[in-house]
Amino acid sequence: MHELSIVTSIVETVTETLAGLPEPSRGARVLEVRLRVGALASVVPDSLTFCYDIAAEGTPLEGSRLVVNVLPVVVHCERCAEDATLDGVQSFRCPRCGELCGEIRQGRELEIESFEIDEDKVEERA
Amino acid sequence: MTTRIVELRRGILKKNDELAAGLRQSYAAAGVLVLNLVSSPGAGKTAFLEWTLRELKARGSRVAALVGDLETDNDARRLAASGAPVRQINTHGICHLDAEMIGKHLDGWEGVALSGLDYLFIENVGNLVCPSSYDLGEKIRVALLSVTEGEDKPLKYPTMFNSADAAVITKMDIAEPCDFDLDLALKNINEIRPGIRIFETSAKTGAGMGEWLAYLAAERAGRNG
Repeated sequence: MHELSIVTSIVETVTETLAGLPEPSRGARVLEVRLRVGALASVVPDSLTFCYDIAAEGTPLEGSRLVVNVLPVVVHCERCAEDATLDGVQSFRCPRCGELCGEIRQGRELEIESFEIDEDKVEERA
Repeated sequence: MTTRIVELRRGILKKNDELAAGLRQSYAAAGVLVLNLVSSPGAGKTAFLEWTLRELKARGSRVAALVGDLETDNDARRLAASGAPVRQINTHGICHLDAEMIGKHLDGWEGVALSGLDYLFIENVGNLVCPSSYDLGEKIRVALLSVTEGEDKPLKYPTMFNSADAAVITKMDIAEPCDFDLDLALKNINEIRPGIRIFETSAKTGAGMGEWLAYLAAERAGRNG
C-alpha cells in the first residue's frame, strides 16, 4: 500500500530532472516513464499504474504512460559457480542443481530507467 | 513530434537510501547496534521487545527503542515499563517507517544520545509488505513470525523474509494447541532466506531467549561475521 508514495517520488524525480535539462527539453511534456522493478521490490505494478494518473495530475507528466519492466530474481549458485534466473519467489534454489542460494544478484531493483519527452509540447512558462 | 529519451537509472527510493546510509554511519560511529523488527500485526513484536529490553537492562546494557504505529502510544507505554527510554512514532496512516522519520525522532530525543547506547531497537509498523522497501540504516533486520500465523507465512511474504537477517518464531508456548508444525516453518523460512539464523522463542516462558541474547551480544561485539 505504499505505491502512492512511490509514484509521488517518481513524479517528483522526473519533474526535477526535466527542469534541470537544457532547452528545448526543459519544460517538455512527458510521454512515457519506464521503470525497472525487481520481483523482490514489494511493489505491485498494477497498483503503481493505478496511482500514477493521480500523482501525475497537474505536472508535466500528466497524461503520460507508466511502463513497468519487472525483473526476475537472479541468484548466484555457489555449487554451479554461476548465476541463475528463478521462475518465482517461492524457493531460492538453483534451477540447475537444486542448491539453496543466499546471494541475490538481481530482484530488489526499484528504479526509473528512463523517460520519453515530446519537445514540441513545451509547457507555457511564466 | 520531436521525441527524446532521457536516461535516468535512478533509484526511486534514493532519498530514503541516502538518509539511511547517513544513519548507518552515525550508528557505527556511536558504536550502537541497531535492529529493525518487522512482522505482521499481532505477531508479538512488542512482547518480544518488552522481554528483550528488560533482560538487556538487567544485564547492564544501555538500550532504547523507537516504536512505530499508525496511531496511539500504547506500545511505547508498554515498553517504557522496562525502564528503557522509548519513543513512539505515529505515522498517521503511513504503512511503514522510513529513514526520515527515524532521523527526526532521534534528533531532539531528550536524554537519549546514540553514543550513550549499546542497542537501539526499532519496532516497525505491523506490516509484512511495505517496510521491506525502506532501509532504516539498521544492521540487523529481524522478521518475526508467530505460531498462530501458519507455517507458510514466509512463502506468502517472501520479499520481507528474504530481506531479513534473522528470523524469530514467537509464542512457542502455544505451538501445540495451534498445531504448529515447527519443522515445516523452519523449512519454509530456509527456502526463502537460505542460511538465515532462526530463533524459536516465547516471551512468556523465556524459552529460546537466552540464545537470542547471546546472538545480540555477539553481533554487538562483531563476532558473528
